[in-house]
Amino acid sequence: MKSENIVGASVPRMEGRGKVTGEAKYVDDMALPDMLYGATVRSRIPRGKIKKITFGQGINWQEYAIVSAKDIPGKNCIALIEEDQPCLADGMVNHPEEPILLLAHADRHILAKAVEAVSIEYESLPAIFSMEESEKQSEIIWGRDNIFKTYLIEKGNVDAVWEKAEYIVEGEYTTGAQEQLYIENNGMIAAFDSERGLTVWGSLQCPYYVHKALMTLCGLPAERVRVVQMETGGAFGGKEEYPSMIAAHAALLSIKSGKPVKIIYDRMEDMAATTKRHPSRTRHRTAVSSDGKILGGEIDFTIDGGAYETLSPVVLSRGAIHAGGPYYWPSVRIRAKAVATNAPPHGAFRGFGAPQSLFALERHMDRIAQAVHLSPVEIRRRNFLQTGQTTTTGQTVSEPIDLGKLLDRALELSDYAAKKEKFAKQNRHVDKKKGIGIAAFLHGAGFTGSGERYLSSVVAVEACRDGSVRVLVSSTEFGQGTKTVLCQIAAEALGLRYEDVGIAQADTQEVPNSGPTVASRTVMVVGKLVESAARGIRQALSASGMLADSYSPEEFRTACRTYVAKHGEFRSFARYEQPEGVIWDEEKYRGAAYAAYAWAVYVAEVSVDPTSYNVSVDDFVALQEVGKVLNPVLARGQIIGGVAQAIGFVLYEKVIWEKGRMQNGQMTNYIMPTSADLPPIRVYFEELGNVHGAFGAKGIGELPMDGPAPAIVNAVQDALAVPFDSIPLLPEDIFDALIGNAAQQSQPPSARGHR
Amino acid sequence: MVNGQQATVRVHTMERLLDVLRHELGLTGAKEGCGEGECGSCSVLMDGVLVNSCLIPVIQAKGTDIVTIEGLSSDKQLAKLQQAFLDCGGAQCGICTPGMILAVHHLLRKRPQPTLEEIREGLSGNLCRCTGYMQIFDAVTQAAQRGGVT
Amino acid sequence: MRAHPADYELVVPGTLSAVLSLLAREPGAWLPIAGGTDLMVQYSAGNLSARNLVSIWNLPDLRRIEVFPGEIHIGAGCTYTGLREHEIVNREFGLLSTVASWTGGIANQNRGTLGGNIVNASPAADSLPALMVYEAELILVSMRGERRIPYGGFHVGYRKTRLQPDELIRAVCLPRRFSSYHAHARKVGARNAQAIAKVCLAALGRLADGVIEDIRLAMGSVAPVPLRLKDTERTVRGKRIDPPLVELARKTAAVEIRPIDDMRSTARYRAAVAGNLVAEFLEQLRAAGTKT
Repeated sequence: MKSENIVGASVPRMEGRGKVTGEAKYVDDMALPDMLYGATVRSRIPRGKIKKITFGQGINWQEYAIVSAKDIPGKNCIALIEEDQPCLADGMVNHPEEPILLLAHADRHILAKAVEAVSIEYESLPAIFSMEESEKQSEIIWGRDNIFKTYLIEKGNVDAVWEKAEYIVEGEYTTGAQEQLYIENNGMIAAFDSERGLTVWGSLQCPYYVHKALMTLCGLPAERVRVVQMETGGAFGGKEEYPSMIAAHAALLSIKSGKPVKIIYDRMEDMAATTKRHPSRTRHRTAVSSDGKILGGEIDFTIDGGAYETLSPVVLSRGAIHAGGPYYWPSVRIRAKAVATNAPPHGAFRGFGAPQSLFALERHMDRIAQAVHLSPVEIRRRNFLQTGQTTTTGQTVSEPIDLGKLLDRALELSDYAAKKEKFAKQNRHVDKKKGIGIAAFLHGAGFTGSGERYLSSVVAVEACRDGSVRVLVSSTEFGQGTKTVLCQIAAEALGLRYEDVGIAQADTQEVPNSGPTVASRTVMVVGKLVESAARGIRQALSASGMLADSYSPEEFRTACRTYVAKHGEFRSFARYEQPEGVIWDEEKYRGAAYAAYAWAVYVAEVSVDPTSYNVSVDDFVALQEVGKVLNPVLARGQIIGGVAQAIGFVLYEKVIWEKGRMQNGQMTNYIMPTSADLPPIRVYFEELGNVHGAFGAKGIGELPMDGPAPAIVNAVQDALAVPFDSIPLLPEDIFDALIGNAAQQSQPPSARGHR
Repeated sequence: MVNGQQATVRVHTMERLLDVLRHELGLTGAKEGCGEGECGSCSVLMDGVLVNSCLIPVIQAKGTDIVTIEGLSSDKQLAKLQQAFLDCGGAQCGICTPGMILAVHHLLRKRPQPTLEEIREGLSGNLCRCTGYMQIFDAVTQAAQRGGVT
Repeated sequence: MRAHPADYELVVPGTLSAVLSLLAREPGAWLPIAGGTDLMVQYSAGNLSARNLVSIWNLPDLRRIEVFPGEIHIGAGCTYTGLREHEIVNREFGLLSTVASWTGGIANQNRGTLGGNIVNASPAADSLPALMVYEAELILVSMRGERRIPYGGFHVGYRKTRLQPDELIRAVCLPRRFSSYHAHARKVGARNAQAIAKVCLAALGRLADGVIEDIRLAMGSVAPVPLRLKDTERTVRGKRIDPPLVELARKTAAVEIRPIDDMRSTARYRAAVAGNLVAEFLEQLRAAGTKT
């Protein structure tokens, strides 16, 4: 056996060479013979009936393949949870940019003019653009009541706590939409032929989601639809569900024209038409004892789902479950709902509801601290979950996590106490105010509750002809390190070298369905299955007598070659099984919501420029307990990247809406941080292990998205002694609050105070 | 000249250099991330100078020497800079990487031992959504320490 | 990419005189394009209405920076990088190299030109306030000859200039008399790089015996054109800098400008920040003046 560990080492990125040489092939780098280019004619109104479509003068429409809803062979929907989202609008549109027609032509330059030449007459209907309007229900735009989904999480007896409370603290917190802004826009190529069926290649996270959607849309059986993931230039959730839509469009054009069709969005189209993070509004009402302990509370969590259901129920679920954070709530009532508005449907984005509800909670904790005259540190320390206590859904924390110690370490790493004191003194006589703020949080990895059981993921590891092994999963690489880490796991499980393991391209023709690449589940859940499946190869080789109990990598390769020569290529499968003790009640929304939680405390140090009111983050400490770090360079990269996106979420990235349409859909006007904008982000890990994850790992991809926003806003409040409860928090907002002009954010009623 | 070889194309004068590289010459390393000169993923070197190829009408590139990411490594050996990106985690999804590497190459030619401030400034026209930039800075520093770009 | 290249023609006459001939023959029919960092963005978005363009990129006659005893002539085709790397510009016209470093990233600085920034005439253009405070003059050239005009009145309205249809800017002339001034420029934007200015200030000032002997203030993004803050200058010229004067200057600036609400910012924010920028400059000037 080798003595060096591969798991835990920063082995080079499996597909890295192609990326640094420019050889890596993304969907727009690929072309097929005879290929046409596709474009989409989209709604210009937020809601209404399509009265008339006119194909304008000056275009030779004969040259175009034209697809409308009538051309859809199967069901006109993008099948996801519900089937309410049409692939192409048929008579009715419910959001700006809703796709109505598709055009294809061999000359990609000509399409923009053709799209412009299609004129559509509508009969406009009243449209809804905010959660509040949707809740009023004076106009019903979806279902019977504009509500996609509700959840109720109850624990203990909340109604009894108000009388006993020394303090009742209320607050309302809002977060805005956020664009994923992967640097590679959405794109797909589809090729249909009557013999082989339909193949699509594209930029995507979940090949089997696309596969399922295309089956329903085209009325094709599973074996006649093939989905292949190309190198994908960033995703962050933005390519979880949306690719099914663009794949459907390319597929329809290919079916209609008989030729391969490529659709690549430009930045303006991608920003205006595809999914964004759900805007949210959270209302807290919390009963607190005289010694600063949470007795109970009511949390009202509402998200804006846009025009169709898509993944809103799942975002809502995660947001609701995370709404109580890493604290002990003896009683709580969490009412969560997702409502419809006439905007393009909102969708998955790293964190998936948790950044929204955790922003509210961690801001609220600082508000509670102020009301009860405790420090932000002390209020958290007194309320942290301890091993043996239960979460808001009644899940017992069984691992030996000591959040108080984690907090202490974060405070030490950030020099919190000294800085807080120093800033408080300085701020009295300098113009450039500084502040320091904390956020403590958790993130559940994997699908919620019985979700993993429902997914029933399957993984295979294959013994190859040349003696190497190959991992076969539908889990995709889009920068987070899927390929690298899964190969590390397989290599470690088998006692091989990193170079003895490969991984197949995510092609539904080739790989089993290991579930979508979402929910921070890949390393933890899929990785554990890879471990199992890999061991299956070893068992087979041992059982055949070709492999001793103890062996070198070369000996393994020889055994493998021999085995394959004799028996042919062999695949070992592993299927997910719900671990015992992870029990979830879907009806009551109680029980073990996630198999594992990663825990974190982040500390942000900020200064506010007195001339421009710009906030700059001067130092940032990201400390998290993650089970086990399987690849230090990749893990650090995930945390830094996530913190960077969250800094964008809180300080820079504002979607400007006008009647349901994003107005600032260009990189000039939608502001993400450049290399000149981010602080040094200091990353630290702790490892408690995780029985449910590969080699003890927990998911970490989304965790870093949850903490920075509240930590930074808490720091800004520390600097300016003014509360901010709405993000993004722009200099203009700070100016308005400081000067007391017409407030751009609703000032929530502050602590009710003493009883 | 593109990557040291004469290239001749028949295209309209206002074709973007980016599209000519990608479609006429099959050099797909330069990417279109925004079409507005903001993201830098289309960056190439034109007569040794870093430019956004999505903003250059091809006729203005006539007679110039273009270097793309494909031109950076020779004989299958990764340039030191490319190796540094691999060692330090400077590439995650990889879509910004060709442009980023060329921007770093351009920076190190001007400033062989750049300060962190100079690195930040030199790369401020190349947006990366995955890394948060720090591991890219590490790669630049490593490449500088190991004596440059090739 | 929303434009069809076949609909456009870009000609490259190759010399200044050949370009001017074309503009003279068909004035208004050919849109000059230098580095393309503005026009190509419009083109890609499908918003470039001009169909015929003439390249003025890399014309030697437009790229030169000529140094004379009393002034320098910066060729309109000089790029931001060119400005940043020129010794005399750095030494005597520091504001210009500063503002050149604000515009876009390095790649765009390598292509964007001073002349392009002027003619594109965006109210948010980074370099224009600096040209205003340096008392720039423009040499305009056509087949009819050359003329030299003060930069001050060049912008007559939103994206409208005094440039005739057959003319190009050949050079920007800056008098070499500001080395002894305290110079300051600051841009306030949404982020530290690649940001369109919400407000920007270029300022020059000189104290004598603690009193403001001369002061020049110009701002971008606070009016349809780059604005010289003459009222504010007048308010403080000849006075001693003390807190009441700073406050007065702040208030005067805030009402002298005409900011608007737009996608990037609000009028009230711009007004406040403009006032803050002026106050900040005066504080700096006072501090610099006390160091003798």
